[in-house]
Amino acid sequence: MIPELGHIALIMALMMALIQSSFPLAGAAQGIPVWMAVAKPAGRAQFLFLIVAFGCLAFSFASNDFSVLYVAQHSNSSLPLHYRLSAVWGGHEGSMLLWALILGLWTLAVTIFSRGLAADFVARVLGVMGLVSIGILLFILLTSNPFERLASPPADGNDLNPLLQDFGMVVHPPMLYMGYVGLSVAFSFAVAALLGGTLDSAWARWSRPWTLVAWIFLTFGITLGSWWAYYELGWGGWWFWDPVENASFMPWLVATALIHSLSVTEKRGAFKAWTVLLAIFAFSLSLLGTFLVRSGVLTSVHAFATDPGRGLFILMLLAIVIGGSLFLYALRAPTVQDHVRYALVSKENLLLLNNVLLVTAAGSILLGTLYPLILDALGLGKISVGPPYFDAVFAPLMAPVFVLAGIAPMFPWRQASIRKVLARTGKLALGCLITGIGLTAVFWNPRDIATMAALTLAVWLAASALFSLTSRVRLREHWREGLRSQSRSVYGMTAAHLGLAVFLVGVTLSGRYSVEKTVRMAPGETVEIADYRFTFLGVSRVEGPNYVASRGDFEVQAGATAFRLHPEKRSYRVQRNMMTEAAIDPGWSRDLYVALGEPMENGAWSVRLYCKPFIRWIWGGGLVMMAGGMLSVSDRRYRLAAKPDESWQPASSASNVAA
Amino acid sequence: MSAVVRMLALLVLFRCGTAAATEVRTFQDPAQQQRYEQLVKDLRCLVCQNQSLADSDADLARDLRDEVYQILQSGKSDQEAVKFLVDRYGDFVLYRPPFNLMTLLLWISPLLLLFAGLAFIWRRSKQQNPAMAAELTASEQERLQQLRKTTQQQ
Repeated sequence: MIPELGHIALIMALMMALIQSSFPLAGAAQGIPVWMAVAKPAGRAQFLFLIVAFGCLAFSFASNDFSVLYVAQHSNSSLPLHYRLSAVWGGHEGSMLLWALILGLWTLAVTIFSRGLAADFVARVLGVMGLVSIGILLFILLTSNPFERLASPPADGNDLNPLLQDFGMVVHPPMLYMGYVGLSVAFSFAVAALLGGTLDSAWARWSRPWTLVAWIFLTFGITLGSWWAYYELGWGGWWFWDPVENASFMPWLVATALIHSLSVTEKRGAFKAWTVLLAIFAFSLSLLGTFLVRSGVLTSVHAFATDPGRGLFILMLLAIVIGGSLFLYALRAPTVQDHVRYALVSKENLLLLNNVLLVTAAGSILLGTLYPLILDALGLGKISVGPPYFDAVFAPLMAPVFVLAGIAPMFPWRQASIRKVLARTGKLALGCLITGIGLTAVFWNPRDIATMAALTLAVWLAASALFSLTSRVRLREHWREGLRSQSRSVYGMTAAHLGLAVFLVGVTLSGRYSVEKTVRMAPGETVEIADYRFTFLGVSRVEGPNYVASRGDFEVQAGATAFRLHPEKRSYRVQRNMMTEAAIDPGWSRDLYVALGEPMENGAWSVRLYCKPFIRWIWGGGLVMMAGGMLSVSDRRYRLAAKPDESWQPASSASNVAA
Repeated sequence: MSAVVRMLALLVLFRCGTAAATEVRTFQDPAQQQRYEQLVKDLRCLVCQNQSLADSDADLARDLRDEVYQILQSGKSDQEAVKFLVDRYGDFVLYRPPFNLMTLLLWISPLLLLFAGLAFIWRRSKQQNPAMAAELTASEQERLQQLRKTTQQQ
């Protein structure tokens, strides 16, 4: 009964999405206020039905209803309740339902926080979001119905993939989807502005906080995913350039470019057409990411779903969304005029350069991800594109981004003199170079040029972010007043760039100075790596709720202190696979990482020991970047913008020159 | 899609788990160990979804790691080890795709993209540069004057 209710709710949600897009879009085109007014209640109703559908599926999981195929495939009665609930998005069908639910959530947010917007604009935004929703809901109902019943239900379910039985994987997909789907708001704002011909600074100011929030979630989702891969996959890496990781990283890169380009459009009224294009790209890449992960076109660690019918459906959806929006763009973009002038050397152009580099990076990753698929599809042979390719392409593109992120905030708008900026920052840059080389030489290796370069860049990023903040503060008489007078978005930018520096330190040092050893250890034996002494005390048997494990006992001697680490080798009863649960001793300057390999003769085990310096800074940097995004979103001017704004009138927008 | 099915079947057969290489090996010197570790990182396990030889615990990956180890032990170069695997399994085994006619676009496109972007910035700036001085049109100038007058009067 409950699953059928969920199915009906899903169909009702589709109906609401149809209403939400048809009447408001037609109403906005014809100027019929009553039709436009349908958008908000339809959007809210759609969300309500999606909540009901999602709740029904969650209930089926909680109550172990194995007559539902999807539940039988992804749950088991011995699975703890919190994992049974997170198993709702542990497979393909439920993930798509989560996608739709989150789109509903964003729709709801738009209906609530859009009071100051012109009625026809809101109608168009919600209408476009409704169109996206129609596509996704049709996809779920036609190809991936999570409520499908089994004629003869099994006694117990197939259990959740053990890799997903973990806190990180419980939170990772919702966060990532919040980011992916959040970009649909920026996309809808862009398409609505193209439809209505209202591309101006006000549009940029409106879309910026939405884009930022989506970016924050995306940053968090990717950071979580990377952290999860590190401790759960059991081989100590944090990024694998796996196609599914790339699928989330490409939208992030483009969204980062979009945030920067929106700031130019908002403050200077420039790059309007380019910003719209980025908004379209960002969401298209999110959809492409969904396609890559969900269609089974890839065979990778993450891709759990395989079905050609689904792939074809998403591919068509992708073609319609990207093709349609690009067609609209081609029609409307030529009429968009930037009224702003700026010189070759100016903050505008440095931000555009940042955009070019980020988009090139995203484009290269896209190429590397799709190239083997295309070659294979055309029958031209099978190749692999892996970490060596991405490292070779990505690093040289990112190095100038780091330099720019430091220096661009110090350039004035409109026109700048390189000589003046150099005069201001020359000493700072020299200081950073000396610090970078000095730190590397003293603490690591005096002949390691790569680390010197990377650390110099990181120091430069941090120092220049703080330097440009201090020069802003210095404009006031008293520093306290100076600090108070800065807008939150200035602090946000500073924090985000500091986060990038922290991240770079983590990547560099953990990449260059990790120590790893695979050794055979018998009980009582001691192995030393990087000044840490690991003593193996033996293995005991442990029973978990749905697995049995061999639990290793290690004593680690670090100087005067000693502590225990307990890595596990788990065997899950239902799915019958072995999982390595590494034991990690986290630290500011290093992680110690122990993983059990295989049992050997006489109670000995093969054991992998790692010491990874500064690896935590990678995720720490991600979190700091996220905090920067939050600061920016909380900026006063976006709250002011939430109030009715007289400049936001469609009639006057044609003559609305950027303020 | 048969490739997918085949891959899944292989996955089940070969049990590509999530544990990494756990053999205990001895090397002549640290440099050789580093070469070995780099090689198994840059070579792909052929039966797994997307794992390097170093990260896979499939039987095949184990055998191939042994091969690489033996080749290095016998004093041969990295290139010879790679060539041995490519001769047997094709370019698919390489995580760094070779540079040839088939992969030409893959390797040069990032550069082309970057140059296109830079050209775009350059052209944009050149196009509007002459107009730098005249930010307002004549009618806008006039209106600005009027506005100034009215504010002065107030």
